[in-house]
Amino acid sequence: MLLDVKWAVRWLTMCAEAMAENRVWLIELDRPIGDSDHGENMDRGFQAVLEKLAETPPETPGAALKLTAMTLMSKVGGAAGPLYGTAFLRAATAFGDALEVDPAGLATALVAARDGIVARGKAESGDKTMVDAWTPAAEAAQAAAADATGNVLAVLVAAAEAAEAGAVATDPLVARKGRASYLGERSAGHRDPGAASSALILRAAVGAAA
Amino acid sequence: MKKLINDPRSVVDESVEGFGLAHADLVTVSADPKYVTRKDAPVSGKVGLLSGGGSGHEPLHAGYVGRGMLDAAVPGAVFTSPTPDQILPATLAVNSGAGVVHIVKNYTGDVLNFETAAELAQAEGVEVRTVLVNDDVAVEDSLYTAGRRGVGGTVLVEKIAGAAAERGDSLDAVAAIGDHVNSNVRTMGVALTACTVPHAGSPSFDLAEDEIEIGIGIHGEPGRHKIPMENADGITDRLLEPVLSDLGIASGEKVLLFVNGMGGTPLSELYIVYRRAVQVLAERGATVERSLVGNYITALEMQGCSISVLRLDDELTQLWDAPVHTAALRWGV
Repeated sequence: MLLDVKWAVRWLTMCAEAMAENRVWLIELDRPIGDSDHGENMDRGFQAVLEKLAETPPETPGAALKLTAMTLMSKVGGAAGPLYGTAFLRAATAFGDALEVDPAGLATALVAARDGIVARGKAESGDKTMVDAWTPAAEAAQAAAADATGNVLAVLVAAAEAAEAGAVATDPLVARKGRASYLGERSAGHRDPGAASSALILRAAVGAAA
Repeated sequence: MKKLINDPRSVVDESVEGFGLAHADLVTVSADPKYVTRKDAPVSGKVGLLSGGGSGHEPLHAGYVGRGMLDAAVPGAVFTSPTPDQILPATLAVNSGAGVVHIVKNYTGDVLNFETAAELAQAEGVEVRTVLVNDDVAVEDSLYTAGRRGVGGTVLVEKIAGAAAERGDSLDAVAAIGDHVNSNVRTMGVALTACTVPHAGSPSFDLAEDEIEIGIGIHGEPGRHKIPMENADGITDRLLEPVLSDLGIASGEKVLLFVNGMGGTPLSELYIVYRRAVQVLAERGATVERSLVGNYITALEMQGCSISVLRLDDELTQLWDAPVHTAALRWGV
């Protein structure tokens, strides 16, 4: 099985569902260490993505991700808009005009997305940001794609599981980037909302391929 | 949550619409993409001055659009930075050909969105300079944080850079004045209560009845630390000391003292804080040459205040005194 535009549209639709379902949870995660807007912004952003996908149905996975990137950049605001926008744009560029994506192409795109987030936000691993979900996800995807028996579903599952573990692992960290960094030591003991929403996005990618 | 709203999702739309109706003599409101411009923008030959940020800090920024201050304000969702698809058209709308200065408060989201918009504007042939405001001494400026936040000093940067643009300064000169103000102003805030973001529905952090939060920002995010409630003089001393030592105010210096309400504190209390701050400055041998007291950069209905001190020189005093005609600041007209 390879990933086509139907998978991409299903993925983005499931992202929108996940953000709507977890809107309050993400707001609650953001409340103690941020400013209580992450769930609201992500929900609004992905609802706008759904509208755009319906207006101009994409013909390739890359086109679907590019449309998502532009919409998130213009609708989400905060730090999450430019960061997720850059991630989807880099992944779209990696997919190019291909009609179907294989395991290696998928892993390359996930690495490109991670690199885009790092370039825009200038955060490193351990800073308690979405990078802490994306870096293990990108590395797990590369490892799964390199496995001779690897298929796209295995790559997606590896990425989602690594992102979820990475998000949980932000709990004890002291934030060094973003609004939570103002709290210093008091940011420890809370999950990073951006890492949490990143894990939801990568889990939705599995659901869309299953 | 009790708020005078119709729907949490339409708070910014309806508030900005009302603002436009109330001040139709001063501003024009673009509903979608959302931004507010000075009625006579673009002003021929003048550098455009644009600021923006999350809503919930009113009168910042739209309240400062008008002669002698901002040409455009770009409101985001509550406590969320605006997006490039708003900032870009607002920039184009106030560019007379002399270029546009963006005044950006130092928050990760604001910086990223304004950076993107500035790149897009430059691609369309508009020269953009950015003044980053980071006056909050509550945040350690180190590699381990996102850097100091832009808070009360933002109002002073907008007023003074606005006066420089109005007198005909060049793009680089307006940006340099803005940077000069930023490097000579420091601020520290306190919260007595948290605030409630309309779409969140519950207070943004927990504060007991007998606790206050020192080093508060303007987004309902917690501050540096919690301490037991004190009297006004005690709290004023706690806020002012780090401001003065960080700024290195020496005997004989002249300052502007700005006591800002966070939205839910009565003006009478702000004057009690102001009174004590003047005493402390006098003990240090500094002279308060200019003052500003009131709710100018708020965090919804939060109770609390911030104290800003700006070191004045003759030029800054002159630009502060220059005529301004906006919804929230008006003198000399």
